[in-house]
Amino acid sequence: MAEETRKYTLEIWRQKNANDKGGFKTYPIDDVSPDMSFLEMIDLLNDRLARTGEEPVTFDHDCREGICGACSMYINGHPHGPHQGVTTCQLHMRSFPNNAKIVVEPWRAQAFPVVKDLMVDRAAFDRIIQAGGYVSVNTGSARDANETPISKEIADEAFNAAACIGCGACVAACKNASAMLFVAAKVSQLAILPQGQAERKARAEKMVAQMDAEGFGACTNTGACSAECPKEIGQEHIARLNREFLGASLSSKNVGDFKLIKQ
Amino acid sequence: MNWFTRVLTSSIGRKVLMALTGLFLSLFLVVHLIGNLQLLAGDEGAAFNAYAAFMTTTPIVKVASYLLYATFLLHIVQSILLTMHNRSARPVGYRSAGSSQGVSSTSRNMGILGTIILVFLIIHLRNFWYEMHWGEITTDAAGNKDLYKVVSEAFAQWWYVALYIVSMVGVGFHLWHGFASSFQTLGLNHAKYTPFIKSLGYGFAILIPLGFALIPIIMFVQSGN
Ligand code: HEM
Ligand code: SF4
Ligand code: FES
Repeated sequence: MAEETRKYTLEIWRQKNANDKGGFKTYPIDDVSPDMSFLEMIDLLNDRLARTGEEPVTFDHDCREGICGACSMYINGHPHGPHQGVTTCQLHMRSFPNNAKIVVEPWRAQAFPVVKDLMVDRAAFDRIIQAGGYVSVNTGSARDANETPISKEIADEAFNAAACIGCGACVAACKNASAMLFVAAKVSQLAILPQGQAERKARAEKMVAQMDAEGFGACTNTGACSAECPKEIGQEHIARLNREFLGASLSSKNVGDFKLIKQ
Repeated sequence: MNWFTRVLTSSIGRKVLMALTGLFLSLFLVVHLIGNLQLLAGDEGAAFNAYAAFMTTTPIVKVASYLLYATFLLHIVQSILLTMHNRSARPVGYRSAGSSQGVSSTSRNMGILGTIILVFLIIHLRNFWYEMHWGEITTDAAGNKDLYKVVSEAFAQWWYVALYIVSMVGVGFHLWHGFASSFQTLGLNHAKYTPFIKSLGYGFAILIPLGFALIPIIMFVQSGN
């Protein structure tokens, strides 16, 4: 039996390069299977655009299974579309009624400049990680698994934070374009584990300094980030970041400025 | 930059200043409300005027009041700096910005709610605080400045009462988000205590402004206008 297909009106942000002003362009699309993912629907559009000689829509994507965080699209007012806990690559067209109008925009933040169309430069996140989101590990033979006892409760909580895929939806959703949820997830994940203790104080201080230097906004505790986070990272991690940062600021021996990582 | 300035001018440092000043202002509201309730004592203002005299002449209270002015200023200055910073973090907005699940509109409008409070604050200070300090004010039977008379004359006008009610709704919404939010800012989020802090915040946000709003309403009714 032939599958029932759907029609949509897409309004997509087109921008040639970082300096181009850019604007929305409307593309009607038909023959869309409800089982397609959102990215497959854009693939279909791009295939048709290429055939008519129009430049295909540029967008970030990689794993297409919800784990890499590349697929940044702001769809109908929500990063990664209307559902909770899903990335754009895992969003299916059955979530959109037939004949719906779908507005697709890039992440909007001073710290995430548009590269082209829907693709933004998220290197600011990499620099924040570079500033302190790591642990030092001795080289040599691998250590035994479970050598360091960690309670299930702590392991679970660290794992919940570690689920962050660095997609930037938190920044995109926040009215202040704040990166607090991302930084909180990265700081939390290491702060509560024994392996993270060596760099604990410097990590919180340096990552926040880098976050501020990148031009992200400040948190106003609206909670939009957690609501839109595909990995549903909770607000308690932001509280922990505040705690870690304040504790480190008051007790560490870093009296001067931090060397920031340059673009 | 010196570490102290670096911490206080960081995004989290600024937020912590907002939270600490906000909580101090909340505490002030409680004290202020208890004082104001004496307007309803039914003694033609004797208790209230004595209290007002005490509040403006006792040295320790004077020190506290300077701390209060500084707190207000810091809260307002930081709110302007933060709002400007947050605006500049998103120079190009969305065309289709939607509202995320579970995000209260009060949390998105703290600046507007704060501005309502600020406008009210200016009118309020001009009419009562300025009058008490520098205005021409008659004295009551006990020889205290008769601030009660100034207040009861103001609260005999319906539009003045209306202004109070609107402003207290503003304070209520500001605290609806602000009270619990300040604990989160200070890093206090715990499975055991956060639900209690949230309930306490909602109760505080309703009862305190309600108390402030009831006083002009009752005095208006008593004035017989
Ligand atoms: C009696 C008066 C006031 C009280 C009790 C009060 C209380 C608070 C509290 C508890 C917070 C939460 C802080 C946090 O989220 O960590 C807050 C936030 C805020 N207040 Fe006030 N406030 C008052 C007056 C004002 C005024 C006059 C303004 C502005 C002109 C203002 C503007 C703001 C803004 C913009 C925020 C949000 C800041 C942010 O989250 O970054 N407030 N206030
Ligand atoms: S916290 Fe959530 S929304 Fe933010 S980058 Fe990580 S996974 Fe994406
Ligand atoms: S493409 Fe990897 S998470 Fe969507």
